[in-house]
Amino acid sequence: MMKHKKPETTVRNFHQAKWDEPIVFELHTAGEKGIGIPESEPGIKKAVGNAMDSIPKHMQRRRPPALPEISQMRVLKHFLRLSQHCLGADFNIDIGQGTCTMKYSPKIHEELIRSTHVAEIHPDQHEETVQGALEIIYLLDLCLREISGLDRFSFQPGGGAAAILAMTSIIHRYHELKGEADVRDEIITTIFSHPSDAAAAAVKGYKVITLYPEEDGLPSVEALRAAVSKHTAGLLITNPEDTGIFNPRIHEFTDIVHRAGGLCGYDQANANGILGITRAREADFDMSFFNLHKTFSSPHGCGGPATGALGVKGYLEHYLPIPLVSLEEDVYRLKHDLKHSIGKVRDFMGVFPVLVRAYAWIMSLGGEGLKEAARVAVLNNNYLLEKIKKITGAEAPYAKDRHRIEQVRYSWRKLTDETGVTTEDITCRLADFGLHLWSSHHPFIVPQPFTIEPTESYSKKELDEYLDALRHVVKEAYCDPDLIKSSPHRSVVHKIDPSSFDDPEKWAITWRQHLKKHGGSI
Amino acid sequence: MTTCSRFRNANNISRRFDVKESKSEGHPYIPNSVKSVQESMMTDIGIRNIEELYRSIPLSLRLNRLLDLPKPFSSELELKRHITTILSRNRTCEEFISFLGGGCSRHYVPAICDEINQRSEFLTAYAGEPYEDHGRFQSLFEYQSLMAELLDLEVVNVPTYDWSQAASTVIRMAGRITDRDEIIIADTISPGRRAVIRNYCHPVMKIDFCKHDPETGLLDLSDLESKFTSRTAGIYFENPGYLGPIETQGESAARIAHAQGGLCLVGVDPVSLGILEPPGDYGADIVCGDIQPLGMHMHYGGGLAGFIATRDKKEFVMEFPSRLFGIARTSVEGEYGFGDVAYDRTSFGMREAGKEFVGTHSALWGITAAVYLSLLGPEGMEKLARTILERSLYAQNRINEVACLRSPLFTAPHFKEFVVDFNGTGLSVSEINRRLRKRGIFGGKDLSRGFEDFSGCALYCVTEMHTKTDIDRLADALNDICSRGVDDET
Repeated sequence: MMKHKKPETTVRNFHQAKWDEPIVFELHTAGEKGIGIPESEPGIKKAVGNAMDSIPKHMQRRRPPALPEISQMRVLKHFLRLSQHCLGADFNIDIGQGTCTMKYSPKIHEELIRSTHVAEIHPDQHEETVQGALEIIYLLDLCLREISGLDRFSFQPGGGAAAILAMTSIIHRYHELKGEADVRDEIITTIFSHPSDAAAAAVKGYKVITLYPEEDGLPSVEALRAAVSKHTAGLLITNPEDTGIFNPRIHEFTDIVHRAGGLCGYDQANANGILGITRAREADFDMSFFNLHKTFSSPHGCGGPATGALGVKGYLEHYLPIPLVSLEEDVYRLKHDLKHSIGKVRDFMGVFPVLVRAYAWIMSLGGEGLKEAARVAVLNNNYLLEKIKKITGAEAPYAKDRHRIEQVRYSWRKLTDETGVTTEDITCRLADFGLHLWSSHHPFIVPQPFTIEPTESYSKKELDEYLDALRHVVKEAYCDPDLIKSSPHRSVVHKIDPSSFDDPEKWAITWRQHLKKHGGSI
Repeated sequence: MTTCSRFRNANNISRRFDVKESKSEGHPYIPNSVKSVQESMMTDIGIRNIEELYRSIPLSLRLNRLLDLPKPFSSELELKRHITTILSRNRTCEEFISFLGGGCSRHYVPAICDEINQRSEFLTAYAGEPYEDHGRFQSLFEYQSLMAELLDLEVVNVPTYDWSQAASTVIRMAGRITDRDEIIIADTISPGRRAVIRNYCHPVMKIDFCKHDPETGLLDLSDLESKFTSRTAGIYFENPGYLGPIETQGESAARIAHAQGGLCLVGVDPVSLGILEPPGDYGADIVCGDIQPLGMHMHYGGGLAGFIATRDKKEFVMEFPSRLFGIARTSVEGEYGFGDVAYDRTSFGMREAGKEFVGTHSALWGITAAVYLSLLGPEGMEKLARTILERSLYAQNRINEVACLRSPLFTAPHFKEFVVDFNGTGLSVSEINRRLRKRGIFGGKDLSRGFEDFSGCALYCVTEMHTKTDIDRLADALNDICSRGVDDET
């Protein structure tokens, strides 16, 4: 039975849409058609004859693809229903996905990027026909130079991890040109920096040294000193780290790595609380990147398309991916002659619509507005911290009684010990209230972790609603843990049986595999 | 660059657009910019001003001034006008007839594709759980499943950034699967893709190139055979190739690779698979490509998204770096649930011990491609590919009729793209294209840059978007331009 909303709480009497929608293949009816396809004009057909004769028989498809045949409105309805089975940031009070900066993505941006002047331009058009696109890229570069204190940006990386790979590639190329690439084969990072900092370094063949936090939540200067050596190629680090704790000794970190001959790359995925407050330059980083789909408002699109805007100090400009955009006598040009360039990290110029949105966002806020966004994000975060640490069973490990920047990695350890209810259980239960809670990246250094980042986009009333939901669930954990353990009850689906996911005999990554392995029954 | 010159830069932006100063307090995107609300929150926290929250940041690291950015627009109207004014300086492929392709091509985007991908639910979702984001998991599972049918393979990933990333990853996967560190790549792949692959593989894998037959444009199999050794992880080629030819010897290439214990890796344009044999059926072990043609606008290259597909073999599946969404049962009988298959292979689970890396890639385009494939179905995909084949063939022939032009350059069959040789005209491709632009046409991509073997040649792309009139207009324009020769045009 559905519980009714109590007047003293803002906990919502929510139920997600549940259409019980089949898999798209189950909608198939032979002969149905979703869309008409243009045929060649008779003049073309007459001129070319049977064009299929130009293709050798063995290269002609023997069996048509077993795609479903579905009429147009049913396809529309299917995907609209699936969309309703999804809680975007526009619906959710999306503060439960820490490290991901789920802020408001203004709708005017969507109108702009759907214009033909963005959607219908080809990346190989002549420069003179894409002056508008090049101008946006150029102006965004200028803005991000000021916001970071660095000297030149490339927008080619298609996300944060791609930007990390690009930074690592620059580090490698830099040492290679000095003849030291073979010796300098180690990258240092921290456990509370994004997993991609470690993973992308490994893609470039580096050994990864990971620093762990001391009691204050931060890696120590001494640990870094012990880690650097003649093998150090560079440092890839987030600050504030995923705990929301700012490392005040970050300049000492970059100094130590520089003295050892390494380069310092700043993962600015967590930049939202420090815009206009502190920058890569002040901490003497050689390069950094911003996630334009996080800090600069571009929507996350269920996981991209995105942009990791990569900035470097002047002396590394020639290492950036090609091409860059330059302004020569009032004409924007593509600049290909970068003598040490790492080449390319993505086809063409990157994800242009994301750049339009980021530029529009900056132009909606200006210097003062960016700082205000950061300050409010931090205010919101510390307001939540103050309230959450008073919730029974919740803790905020490290840096006790200190303020955090834009997010906090909390722990339900105590709650789990006392009730058996885990973070995973709570994430399931919160879905019953139209809310999302994320645990954290692995490994779970903080036991039973959950990470909250409120950004500047949510009102105090919304933050209070989220808090009420957390309190409500905690109360349930102590009174009726089974209610949580069997949740969700008012979401689209019920408890998922994960047993097939790690079993090669049972996993089904596609419908045809599912039919083959399970005969279509679930 | 000095702060001073940055200041000038910022002012440049302001001056150019005569931005007015915003005076009002509060901001529509920042609800808690209301001072009384801030004060009440500060009281709860026990602070007097927000600055106190930044105590952990040493003064030496502070930016002790405001960011020197242009003054913002205080209204949506002004913002829209500003950006629209800039963007209107672009000339679009709707205004011009475009024959540009080479990894990003203009196809028809069904209205429903845009209707779905602009839905707030999909557009603004990210990393929710399989409960509240069930629709994201199901639609991407369906994307994987529909692509699997098109490719005739069992396993497809949640999309990666683009084809070049997919190809790079496929090569690294092959290296791990075979435990070898050398790869052979067809020398006809695009210079851009070559640059991405080179950076992604360096210094872990060594790259060698397989020559092409200058007459047919296809793989030189004897060169491949002589270079493929027991240290080679695989051969990567594309079909149709970047320069247009349909590679008819895929089976032989696969045999050469397999004979040495290596793998056959093929990149494919999915829109060709309505009529062309899928690579897995002639021996490819891993297949990749880009789904941009399946419902995505070009977006200046932003519409790209890469796919990777294999058979359902554990040793292949476990080498994918990407998310793989699987279907599962739930506590309610007959209900579909979804989740991550083999999560512990990913860098999310394993950091540097995971397979390459995963993160935010191009998921929204995967959902869009699912819509596209559901709309077209088997018949639509076949019809579409036939129309493209016919129109492209017609264009190849019409251009070839122009004196001094050779089209296509290669003798192999082609699908949608082909190389036109302008060397007989006495004009550079860049000059030809300049003259075409004056006639409302974007000519093919100039291959002179980055492809020295093809200097004086251009890559033309013809799709279902090009009518007979468009193609005739191109042929007539080329005829006119070539007949004028080097004479300067007014």
